[in-house]
Amino acid sequence: MSETLVRRPPVRGGVGASVPRPDGVPKVTGRFEFLGDMHHEDMLWGATRRAWVPHARLVRVDVTPALAMPGVHAALTQDDVPGHRYQGQAVTDQPVLAEDEVRYWGEPVAIVAADDPETARRAAEAIVVEVEELDPLTDLDVALERGAVFRHVPVRRGDPDAHGEVVVEGTYVTATQDPAALGTEAGLAVPDGSGGIDLWGPTQWTHIDLKQLAACLALDPAQLRVQPCRLGGAFGSREDLSLQTHIGMLALRLGRPVKMVYDRHESFVGHVKRHGALMHYRHEADRDGTLVRVDARILLDGGPYQLTSNAVIANSTYFAVGPYRCDHVTVDGYALRTNNPPSGAMRGFGANQPCFAAEAQMDRLAAALGMDPLELRLRNALGQGDRLPTTGQLIEHPLPTDEVIRSVAAIPLPDPADDDDPLHLPGGTGMTTPRSRVVRGVGYAVGLKNLQFSEGFDDYAEARVELTADGAVVHTAAIEVGQGMVTIIEQIARSALGMSNVRVEFDHTGRIGSAGSTSASRQTQMAGNATLEAATAVREQALAAAGGDDLDDAGVWRDGALVASLTELTANGPLTHHVRYRHRPTDQPDADGQGELHVDFCVAAHRAVVDVDPDLGLVRVVEIAIGQDVGRALNPQQVHGQIEGGIAQGMAHAVMEEVLLDRGVIRNPTLTDYLLPTCLDAPHVEAALVEVPSPWGPFGAKGMAELPTMSATPAVAAAIRAATGLPLTRVPIRPEDIAVPDPPPDDPEPHPPEAGGR
Amino acid sequence: MIVTLQVNGRSHAVEVAGWESLLWVLRERLGLRGAKDACLQGECGACSVVFDGELVCSCLVMAADAEGAEVTTVEGLGDAGGLHPVQQAFVDEGAVQCGYCTPGLAVATAHLLETHPDASLDELREALAGNLCRCTGYGAVLRAAVAAQRGGAEEAAP
Repeated sequence: MSETLVRRPPVRGGVGASVPRPDGVPKVTGRFEFLGDMHHEDMLWGATRRAWVPHARLVRVDVTPALAMPGVHAALTQDDVPGHRYQGQAVTDQPVLAEDEVRYWGEPVAIVAADDPETARRAAEAIVVEVEELDPLTDLDVALERGAVFRHVPVRRGDPDAHGEVVVEGTYVTATQDPAALGTEAGLAVPDGSGGIDLWGPTQWTHIDLKQLAACLALDPAQLRVQPCRLGGAFGSREDLSLQTHIGMLALRLGRPVKMVYDRHESFVGHVKRHGALMHYRHEADRDGTLVRVDARILLDGGPYQLTSNAVIANSTYFAVGPYRCDHVTVDGYALRTNNPPSGAMRGFGANQPCFAAEAQMDRLAAALGMDPLELRLRNALGQGDRLPTTGQLIEHPLPTDEVIRSVAAIPLPDPADDDDPLHLPGGTGMTTPRSRVVRGVGYAVGLKNLQFSEGFDDYAEARVELTADGAVVHTAAIEVGQGMVTIIEQIARSALGMSNVRVEFDHTGRIGSAGSTSASRQTQMAGNATLEAATAVREQALAAAGGDDLDDAGVWRDGALVASLTELTANGPLTHHVRYRHRPTDQPDADGQGELHVDFCVAAHRAVVDVDPDLGLVRVVEIAIGQDVGRALNPQQVHGQIEGGIAQGMAHAVMEEVLLDRGVIRNPTLTDYLLPTCLDAPHVEAALVEVPSPWGPFGAKGMAELPTMSATPAVAAAIRAATGLPLTRVPIRPEDIAVPDPPPDDPEPHPPEAGGR
Repeated sequence: MIVTLQVNGRSHAVEVAGWESLLWVLRERLGLRGAKDACLQGECGACSVVFDGELVCSCLVMAADAEGAEVTTVEGLGDAGGLHPVQQAFVDEGAVQCGYCTPGLAVATAHLLETHPDASLDELREALAGNLCRCTGYGAVLRAAVAAQRGGAEEAAP
């Protein structure tokens, strides 16, 4: 940043202010055109025929009954894929439509286009799909035994013979969670009349879609414009393709626009989920609480196709210990292939599952040591200058683990509840809990996660800033999913330019290069830094062109006098600067999982307060407090919004949200049966932002929006354990887990501290 | 069949098929795509509209039952030139993230404050529990509702 930038007074709408989002008014008036709201005069409606078996040999697919129906224009199968018949971000192992095997419940087999959605739906049903059912592989231990492994990530660090004086062990399960973005999958493909198409589909990274779609549709990438989309939420579920290839195939075949919208039931099988996990842990510490050794085995249920599982299991493995110093670590992470629904990215990306297990382990360890759980965490808190316990990477940048723990602990506890208003009791208005039976519990958890892509991925984000007579425009292909990146980009550009008249224009893949994925807490730093560099360069161009010393919405100034208006300044065309921003390179892991694999890290600590009815097993999450590392809050209101929303998702995974799987079949694929938190379920949130500027983030900012979800889940579980004394090693915790708990199978005692000397 | 109904003060005579819901008529026949179709089971509230003075999930109302009805959608609350106080409060308080639930929540909040201007915070929470939001965790939504309520009360004061 140049010195002039630092000296000038802050601009209106710049960084640090709680600027309202620019798409707020169109969204609140119903005028914002989401994917499912898109319309084309000449469009047909697409629908998908799926196979409702978890595993089968595909014997015969006959589309003739569909084609015979009036109003049906096309019915296509895998044989009709014009190009590469498989798709996938890293490994292309997923057939566009089932080929000779059905590998998960609801896998697409054929697609149709018809005059209206009802005809399309009936035509899809009319397609004959003959299968021979096969035994589904749905158990993680069996999958491991059979070698159904997408990726094994080993970590071997330190001395295998080093041991601590106190040992605790445990087995933990996290169920599958659905991202359940409120907007279901929808898309529109429009032929351009010269062999190409414009395609709008649910995505978090248009350029990775472009690569896959161009190959499958046999188009030159220049013939395919993947358009920026307007999403009703994402949370990871739009990282992998859903209906894009299908609408592209139909539009190309028919030469007509095709729109497709999934209903909620179809959406449940139409996007990836958070991996269910089975984890074994062993922690060893010295009597003073120093963590000596952690051994873990982590199994993730990937479903039948790789998608992002290879990267998700890397995160699970590398963040298996959490934000604690530990010199002797062995982890084996396995992403497994099953016939359960495909899993992939969801907020936290593999770091959540081990966070649940490892934080439960820390509490067990504290109990075994007779130590306060927070004191144990503070004693081992990872910080700048330490080494990541798994990969051995030096933590080069500030990592305020100690500060987030202390800041959350300093937030006053909520008052004990004493009223009998059903709204304030576990179970809400439908319950019968008397206040006298309610037990309060308090629990803590701390989460650690990487920022940006890891393991040597060559990542970049492009941005172009244009200064015209009408103000400045930031061009980017980055996808706004609702998190507010559009506001942050504008704020960064305003502060860098010194102008308030700035807007963001989202470009399709033909107009600008990749901005990378809107995931991994990336865009504030990646699109943000690209914008900062481009805007700073445009400001310098403007000052140099007019010989000035300042720029604002009027133009360039010198010694307090306007010397060139924006119109004069841009008389020969806009001033522009284009940036391809790269973060520092990272290593690929060596055979022991060692190396500088990550760009940077973020940390948060949660404290959950719950009221539990132990008789009925009902839980009310009263409050969640958080100490959150943010680098610098560029928009405090948005940071709080990410914290509150993220906490609701993490809390719900502790007590509500589970994709119920029965031999590969989802038993609750509706919002009636898959329980999302309402405003009666969501807890009150108290947040303390810990602002230790990131040395490389724009204006010191860090991406932060995954952490609020991550350690909320284990904090709620810890609070329920504190209230009930039960081990509760699985989330979500169901009423029966509390009201009629199973005794641990290998343990005759009800709930002893699982600890022992050595 | 032809159904005649008033939407946001304007009269419409619409040709509908027997299977069509009010939500479908609003979105596809009248081009009012503010109300959203996120579950089609009356669980999420994204399709909330006011129907003859009652807050309903328009996905659960058959189009044929809308004969003679007066319907208010989010488009009828206000527009960019003149936001409804609830809409303004949603923008100001950061109650909008992805925005998919917002039209339904704005209609539900406005209806609640109109029918129960003195609603307590718990009453607000209970009333809005029929509208799912996946992004905000509801904190900002409730702050917006309270801000709109306060604003309305100040306006009504002499």
